[in-house]
Amino acid sequence: MSEVTRRDLLRRIALSITAGQLSLEAAQHVHGVAAQEKAAQGVYKPKGLNAHEYKTLEKLADYIVPVEGTTGGAVAAGAPEWIDLMASENPQLLAIYTGGIAWLDHAMQRRGAPNFVDATAAQQSAMLDLIAYRKNESAELGPGIKFFDWARKMVVDAYYTSAIGIKDIGYMGNTALSKFEVPQEAIDYALKRSPV
Amino acid sequence: MGQGHALPFAGHGPAPQEGYNQKRMFQISSSSPVYDVVIIGSGAGGGTVTKVLADLGVSMALLEAGPPLDPAKDFKEHMWPYQVSHRGIGKGGQGYFGPTPWDFGYFTASFGGWKLAGEPYTVNPGDKFSWFRSRVVGGRTNHYGRISLRFADYDFAPYTRDGLGTDWPITYDELAPYYDKAERFIGVTGSKEGIRSAPDGIFQPCPPPRVPEMLFQRAAKKLNIPCIPARLAVITQPTNGRPPCHYCGQCGRGCIASSNYSSSQVQVFPAMKTGRVKLFTNAMARELITDSSGKVSAVSYIDKATRTEKQIRCRSVVVACGACESARLLLNSKSPAHPNGLANGSGHVGRNLTDSVGYGLDAHIPALDGLPRHNSDGMGGMHLYVPWWLWDSKNKEFPRGYHIEIGGGFDMPGIGSFHGDCERHEGYGKDLKAAIRNEYGAWFGMAGRGEQIPNENTFCELDPDVVDQYGTPVLRFHFKWTDQELKQAGHMYDTFRSLLETMGGKVTTPRPNFMAGEGISDGGEIIHELGTVRMGSDPSKSVLNKYCQAHEVKNLFVADAAPFVSNPDKNPTLTIIALAWRTAEYLAEEMRKGNV
Repeated sequence: MSEVTRRDLLRRIALSITAGQLSLEAAQHVHGVAAQEKAAQGVYKPKGLNAHEYKTLEKLADYIVPVEGTTGGAVAAGAPEWIDLMASENPQLLAIYTGGIAWLDHAMQRRGAPNFVDATAAQQSAMLDLIAYRKNESAELGPGIKFFDWARKMVVDAYYTSAIGIKDIGYMGNTALSKFEVPQEAIDYALKRSPV
Repeated sequence: MGQGHALPFAGHGPAPQEGYNQKRMFQISSSSPVYDVVIIGSGAGGGTVTKVLADLGVSMALLEAGPPLDPAKDFKEHMWPYQVSHRGIGKGGQGYFGPTPWDFGYFTASFGGWKLAGEPYTVNPGDKFSWFRSRVVGGRTNHYGRISLRFADYDFAPYTRDGLGTDWPITYDELAPYYDKAERFIGVTGSKEGIRSAPDGIFQPCPPPRVPEMLFQRAAKKLNIPCIPARLAVITQPTNGRPPCHYCGQCGRGCIASSNYSSSQVQVFPAMKTGRVKLFTNAMARELITDSSGKVSAVSYIDKATRTEKQIRCRSVVVACGACESARLLLNSKSPAHPNGLANGSGHVGRNLTDSVGYGLDAHIPALDGLPRHNSDGMGGMHLYVPWWLWDSKNKEFPRGYHIEIGGGFDMPGIGSFHGDCERHEGYGKDLKAAIRNEYGAWFGMAGRGEQIPNENTFCELDPDVVDQYGTPVLRFHFKWTDQELKQAGHMYDTFRSLLETMGGKVTTPRPNFMAGEGISDGGEIIHELGTVRMGSDPSKSVLNKYCQAHEVKNLFVADAAPFVSNPDKNPTLTIIALAWRTAEYLAEEMRKGNV
């Protein structure tokens, strides 16, 4: 959403407050605008990673937050673009990704695959099942576990700060209400489960 | 330019360059008209004095060290994280590697931080103290927590009650009418409860509790701990032309609709419409100049835009820079007649510094797992809180007390919101996503804010070796907790743990060794620093009289938290406003009588 659109939203909030009517579909409107703007941007060209590294990052992002039914995953949410942009601005972060991806490719080669992104799905998940858990810490896997920790937290960050992720987690705020109310259904749900 | 240029250069900066003194020689111009009042600082205290005096027909100049504020442009209210390229973490993901330029996050309206470029402060080796400064019209009121609690009657007589600290020169009854005025004007939520530690006031209705807060309230009840509607400076009814809260939960980003209190929007801007306020921004007060009669005749300030020193003449001055900055200004206002700084014959300027005791604990509450989704933003802060409940208990291991602030609900996701889930659940894919989804909104946190008693090892003074980029000597802080505060923090942990466990929460944080200094907040971290220019009836032990007028300089007033004699377990802003209001009325009356 552009700055102009946000101003427009704020103006409408101010107007509706003045008018005493606060039905704000404005926030929903925001999502639509964001999607349109993304579509208008076209295909992303990596700024920090090379083409192979970027393809690997996309694959990792897809494993970390996959598509679920009709809900887009981390790739649709723009996680690879965002990570590449951040890395392009920060040599320390870039090294984490270039180094991590090179480690991953090397580890896959030792297991008989050409690299990570061109390995079979079974080979890929076998590797991720190792480096996604601290319990597998070893001299060999240490760097991979550390790298995956970075990729996981940044992909998750990127996903849940995107319009797709915010909708998926069910955050329904950042809008204007004339009255604050708590749905009875939610109260009943919690009280039924609560020890007090 | 006074004595600043004679000092060796800051230990924080590069070595003195050749031509350094020449470069820093400011042109001093003082061709300004004489203002009846010059107010220094536009936060809660300065903003209140500005509005009250403007309404009483007084003309004034208002100096603010930071830039002007345009809420519609400067506040980031209603922005989504994806509307900024770095999504809040800073360029190049800098927040993953260390602090970002925004100590309270990219989206808040804090306009400052723990460190300001070119304006250092120092801390006595071995002590811990942090100083949060907001340089902008409205100061820290643009982003603060809006918690608005009256001090209790007994808070004004702490020494009489337990033999510690010092009594105030005023009583609750003397300040109560000004609490009324303040609450009526700024608007405060709450309910009449009849609890002695939390006096009732003029309240607007508080919105209902969120689901996690309801569970907390039931747990508190089971443990015989009161839990009542929050008292926040947020309006829920139209007030003085301001629209009521629209419940977006973003008070910390600044409210463009001005439905919460900020001195900028609620006091300074309306006061300026009277035409009686001349606002000087980027004007950093450096020194108060006195005449032969000992009165303040001018304020010397740095015009940051031109890096020149200017003077503005006045018949009276109200210092409202924020407690420590106000002490610094007085200490820097040295002259042969005032060798220890202005109004400092008692030596108490900079002394009696305190902050609130802080400790926080949170836990996952399984009863909230999978909670049906709804908009729980509400006001920007808690809808319930716990006032101090053991105020008449004789069996505590520590004097004084604390209140409990709470937090839970479906927050807007941001960078870092789910790092904890990634740590705990590890893995990837649908399982990780399901775990994140399940625990979203199922965490509950509480924070204690308690009273520190002034002690002789906690104070600020001028650092003899360091000046800021304008050549003005900076503050050096000394800060020590005593066993009184450490024991109180331990009591917080034990209480929070039993509350969370009563809610069914699983507390994973082991009890810190509080007596060894673990767990408790660092000095200044709660940003309730105050007491450094205290009031009192004895001029040998205080700087100001009961109207916050300097004992030694009749046309010098202080209107922030510096005059506070103690730092009870109530956030200071409401009392700053009430006290400043009273000071402003007194000043106007003294001007009318020709005494000032």
